[in-house]
Amino acid sequence: MNKTVLDLWVGLFVIAGVAALLFLALKVGSTSVVSVANSYEVVARFDNIGGLKPRAPIKSAGVVVGRVADIRFDNETFEAAVTLRLDNRYAFPKDTAAAIMTSGLLGEQYIGLEAGGDSQMLKDQDRIFITQSAVVLENLIGRFMYGQAQEGAPQ
Amino acid sequence: MPMTCDWKNSVLKRSIENLGNRTLQGVWRIGFAARFFVAVLLHSGTAFRRFGLTIREMYFTGVLSLIIILVSGLFVGMVLGLQGYETLQTYGAEEALGILVALSLVRELGPVVAALLFASRAGSAITAEIGLMKATEQLSAMEMMAVDPIARVVAPRFWAGVISMPLLAALFSAMGIFGGYLVGVQLIGVDEGAFWSQMKSAVDLERDILNGVIKSVVFGVAITTIALFEGYDAPPTAEGVSGATTRTVVASSLAVLALDFVLTAFMFRGLN
Repeated sequence: MNKTVLDLWVGLFVIAGVAALLFLALKVGSTSVVSVANSYEVVARFDNIGGLKPRAPIKSAGVVVGRVADIRFDNETFEAAVTLRLDNRYAFPKDTAAAIMTSGLLGEQYIGLEAGGDSQMLKDQDRIFITQSAVVLENLIGRFMYGQAQEGAPQ
Repeated sequence: MPMTCDWKNSVLKRSIENLGNRTLQGVWRIGFAARFFVAVLLHSGTAFRRFGLTIREMYFTGVLSLIIILVSGLFVGMVLGLQGYETLQTYGAEEALGILVALSLVRELGPVVAALLFASRAGSAITAEIGLMKATEQLSAMEMMAVDPIARVVAPRFWAGVISMPLLAALFSAMGIFGGYLVGVQLIGVDEGAFWSQMKSAVDLERDILNGVIKSVVFGVAITTIALFEGYDAPPTAEGVSGATTRTVVASSLAVLALDFVLTAFMFRGLN
């Protein structure tokens, strides 16, 4: 085996391997983490976050604008304190509303942001005051059954 | 005949002795393997200073494993596409086929199956080659010429394996995703845009792809270390080399599967 031919094959092999890695990185995967440097964090408190998890997307008008950075339980107010990491490119008014939504009927949960009309914008470590908890399917069914029973009951 | 007689030659005594001897041998081998691994790491300077040696070994471990890796990757991906579609369509979630194929390949099947193939294709060859070099006293001849066989023979093979393994695993995954695309989109008719975009939104660069690469590097270290050690430690006879080659394939396959469990537990448990 000629030395140069061998080098050529190994070179081709390395190039193919790196190309496969690049294909996986660029075409198959995507970074979901908004880098800390290009983002700001705001806190929103919810009565019930349902199945929301860290790294869940934050969407506004259906576009991903950030990720859930942290979820904690506040033992004083008995609420869930959710830290939202938002991309620096997007600014939201102070009276923006955050709601926990579900993609599809059984899909993963995400936070939907509905922009308000305030002229002041949210800054780092601000708090979102208008929040809407997750819809818990069991509660909904329970309420529906309760309503049906009341309707059917003889007056 | 009374039971107490002849304890010295009884079967029980011999089997206990045998058990103890085997255990001691096992511990001795583990210690020697650890020392061997450290020696390889300490002598790996040569593998990089004379990189031609490593490139030559990369040809034998990496380039010559390409065919089996690419073909198996393609078929594994195609089977994943068929089986995944069968199950997903009962839930009306055919578009998630891309996610299923990509995640199973990038996280598990790519690194693990490529490592198993690598162990049987390249690991066995390494063991047989080094075992035969030892049996024909080439290694002792090198020592006579003041050439350290660990630096000259073992370290380049080690680094060639460690460099080749992640590249082969990435090629396997990429080929598998292409196979899943061929079956899912071209053959069955899943929507092409949904296939790629759902895959892209579900596969995370850090959590899935980087962890897959880390896995394959660890597998590469484990396989090449086992293969080199078995070759280096093989009894210098025909049976010895053949036994060592068998042990390489068995031990490194088991090591890959066990390590995969440990790594997966570390990587994917704390999430969510």
